[in-house]
Amino acid sequence: MFEAVTTTPFFGLTLSAVAWCFGCWVRKKTGSILCNPMIFAGGGIILFLALTGIPYERYAIGGDFIKMLLGPVTVLLAFNIYNHRKALGEYFVPVVIGCFVGSVTSILSILGLCWLFGIDRVLAVSMMPKSCTTAIAIGIAESKGGVGGIAAAGVVVAGLSGAIFAPVFAKIFRVKDPVAEGLAIGACSHALGTTRAMEIGQLQGAMSSIAICLCGIISSVVCMFI
Amino acid sequence: MSVIAELALIFGVCLGGEIIAALLPVQFPASVIGLFLLIILLFTGIIKTRHIQRVTEFFMANMAFVFVPACVSVMEQYHLIRPQLLVFLLICFLTTPLVYLATAWTVQGIMALRRRKGKGGKQNV
Repeated sequence: MFEAVTTTPFFGLTLSAVAWCFGCWVRKKTGSILCNPMIFAGGGIILFLALTGIPYERYAIGGDFIKMLLGPVTVLLAFNIYNHRKALGEYFVPVVIGCFVGSVTSILSILGLCWLFGIDRVLAVSMMPKSCTTAIAIGIAESKGGVGGIAAAGVVVAGLSGAIFAPVFAKIFRVKDPVAEGLAIGACSHALGTTRAMEIGQLQGAMSSIAICLCGIISSVVCMFI
Repeated sequence: MSVIAELALIFGVCLGGEIIAALLPVQFPASVIGLFLLIILLFTGIIKTRHIQRVTEFFMANMAFVFVPACVSVMEQYHLIRPQLLVFLLICFLTTPLVYLATAWTVQGIMALRRRKGKGGKQNV
């Protein structure tokens, strides 16, 4: 009976949805940006599986259904770019070059530091796309033989640090231009950072969204050659 | 347009992305190809935003949920990260301001160049 319960896709599906609600509840209760629902949901599920001794594969039967939606979610980012096409047109050159530099800096610095610290290849490749939005990061990591989960973790660290420290960075690095500020936030901390960027300013928010998409695309292309 | 019709469109684009990805000689995430496809479709006006309005709203509002199973999959690979957990966190954390810096200065530099050359210097409010 137990076997029947845990090997149905609904096990993974229900667990994921419930855990997600839990994660959202935590975020609401604490109001803290550090309480990322994704992390709490993921962590909650891992804890549950570990405590009950249910093997990951059984969760994955249902979990993979949800994972499949990564595709549509990435594709729909196009909607965002299209909505901001005016801003994109106005600042096209600095935007594209800025995002290119940002993406390359991210990839090279990660790989460089990984080499320096002797991190193994699978881990390095998974961390490589951490500045991209999760869906794309997972896509890149897995296409290079990395682990999607690690990529997602890296993405969250990058996103949180960017979202929290964006204003600090702007001050330290003396960034005055709102276009530059927005792009920088989106380039280093993608969606999580964009929510912060939107709080800072309309233009920054728009630029940040554009940066998410562009950096994701550019990183995918650059990683092709690695 | 019904939600199912919107889904048909989106799934179709995803399918297109997968097909093209399979035909490419190099490894490239199929989802990004799908992204390209939708960009082209939107910009050429073949698909209008109202054709994917509801599906987009749903996914954008619940985007992070989709990443939860990917996070859980870390469990399988934990033995890989564990010895290097601290370094992992450090690297991810340190490279963030680096990327910020590189992007911001590049953009500001180019904007300054533009203004100097007088190529329609946009006044940034």
